[in-house]
Amino acid sequence: MSGRAWKFGDDISTDLVAAGRYAYLRTNLPELAKHVLEDARDEFRAQVKPGDFIVGGGNFGLGSSREHAPRIIKIAGVSCIAAKSFARIFFRNCINIGMPAVRVDTDKIDEGDELELDLKGGVLRDVTKGIELSFPPYPKVMADILEAGGLVAYLKKNKEFAL
Amino acid sequence: MPQTLAEKLISMHAGREVKAGELAVVDVDFAYVQDWTGPLTVDVIGELGGALAVDPARVAVFIDHASPSSFKEVSTGHIKLRDYAAKSGCRLFDIGEGVSHLVLGEKVTSPGMLMVGADSHTCQGGALGAFSTGMGSTDVAVAMSTGKIWMMCPEAVKVVVTGKLPAGVYAKDAILHLIGSIGADGATYQSLEFMGDTVDGLSVTGRTTISSMAVEAGAKCGLFATDGYTRAWLAEHNRESDYKEIRHDEGASYARVVEIDVSKLVPMVSFPHKVDNTRPITHPDCNDVVCHQAYLGSTTNGYYEDFEAAARILRGRHVAKGSRLVLTPGTKDVYRKMMKTGLMDVFLDAGGVVNSPGCGACPGSHAGILGDGENCIASINRNFKGRMGNPASFVYLASPATVAASAVEGRLADPRRFI
Repeated sequence: MSGRAWKFGDDISTDLVAAGRYAYLRTNLPELAKHVLEDARDEFRAQVKPGDFIVGGGNFGLGSSREHAPRIIKIAGVSCIAAKSFARIFFRNCINIGMPAVRVDTDKIDEGDELELDLKGGVLRDVTKGIELSFPPYPKVMADILEAGGLVAYLKKNKEFAL
Repeated sequence: MPQTLAEKLISMHAGREVKAGELAVVDVDFAYVQDWTGPLTVDVIGELGGALAVDPARVAVFIDHASPSSFKEVSTGHIKLRDYAAKSGCRLFDIGEGVSHLVLGEKVTSPGMLMVGADSHTCQGGALGAFSTGMGSTDVAVAMSTGKIWMMCPEAVKVVVTGKLPAGVYAKDAILHLIGSIGADGATYQSLEFMGDTVDGLSVTGRTTISSMAVEAGAKCGLFATDGYTRAWLAEHNRESDYKEIRHDEGASYARVVEIDVSKLVPMVSFPHKVDNTRPITHPDCNDVVCHQAYLGSTTNGYYEDFEAAARILRGRHVAKGSRLVLTPGTKDVYRKMMKTGLMDVFLDAGGVVNSPGCGACPGSHAGILGDGENCIASINRNFKGRMGNPASFVYLASPATVAASAVEGRLADPRRFI
């Protein structure tokens, strides 16, 4: 998958991704997605294109467990989130909904760079800069969940967890 | 092998010895959702196509985030949760019962349990010696439907807290101080395990405050060993038989050790918009910060003892002109006790406004949303931009006593001057 980079700073909380004041839209994800990341970068929601990448700093996704946050990022068309580090629950949520979240040194990536993800190879390519950034491999269960397209699909196929 | 609390508790539920860093499939004793995350969980349970609830007695739905609802869309989501509870036979805690984690602390959470909840503050079950951690709607759907989930056994950080807390300084100040020191990602994926003589003398309410905020340092859980305080708490809630001895082993191995001496600690405040952006109340930045709203409650400071600390300052005093005081008792039992003991009169006489038990204004969807440019001093757990419902407002975190003192003065104030 490939797309353009949207740069964000450190500590993008789930409150910034899916704000509490839109909590009334919690059961209507397509509507909630219209407000995705509104309080972090207001222009993002109107201009994001299918396949684009979110490129964050440290501790991406801290805060609430609301899975709505990665889900509306996915609904907005984002194909992958790259960050220096992720908050624990958010990271799991991404994998569970089949959206790659990869840990790389995002300082090397600039806004608008063309990015390409090679999930199997464990590499994020910055095509604009001609560099490759490798990320640590997922534990087997996470890699399998991601490959299945999410936790529900994984369990339908495997019936139970295989570590 | 000597085990940390996390290793011990996870091993108990994996049926084998599990070491830090290892993955395990664990038996979940209790799984729950609230009304922000729950409707999505119900959808996922439907997609899974298995049991609605593996064992209805071990599954619960809480309607606490919008309690009662202020929006028709949220009310319709509540119908979905009530419907799920009726069909699955699981336990339903409807509007006004209180914040999930606090209600569970009174009625369910027991030493040695393993719990997962679709709410990040599920980690507060660690106050009673349970391995309890927050997950997303999908993970919790799997736990509710099958009774199992996979997890990594976290490496542990040993937090040794020593010294006597000075008057006017509380568990909240200690945990804000810790998070300010190690950072909002200072314990990501790790287990914070609290010990030391301060902890040995700390009530379950104080431990609850600390455990609940473990996630604000990125931790998976915030654990305490069990002792006389745990037993007394369970006895007070008519379930002393749930007591179990849970202790780490001597010689257990830790990723690192953090030592805190609280004997010289002063009241702490987290400045907007980050929990680790802390200052002692004596810092010049704390001068002249106007508090338009003072807020008491939340899962972090929602038990009776928390309100008692605030009432000690508010008794015979009144909220400053230009400020307002909003409070949300954490549970129905807390609410009732506040009425019986006269605490409610203290708050009402001081000019306070009382919400029904639940999450209240903390998650930012109702019951005390801030106006543009307003500041709120709050006993809650987060101050991210937009947290209390308005990205153009500013949330300062502190102990209930500091909130009360600030309400009286109308600006950030040191509670020690009132004690």
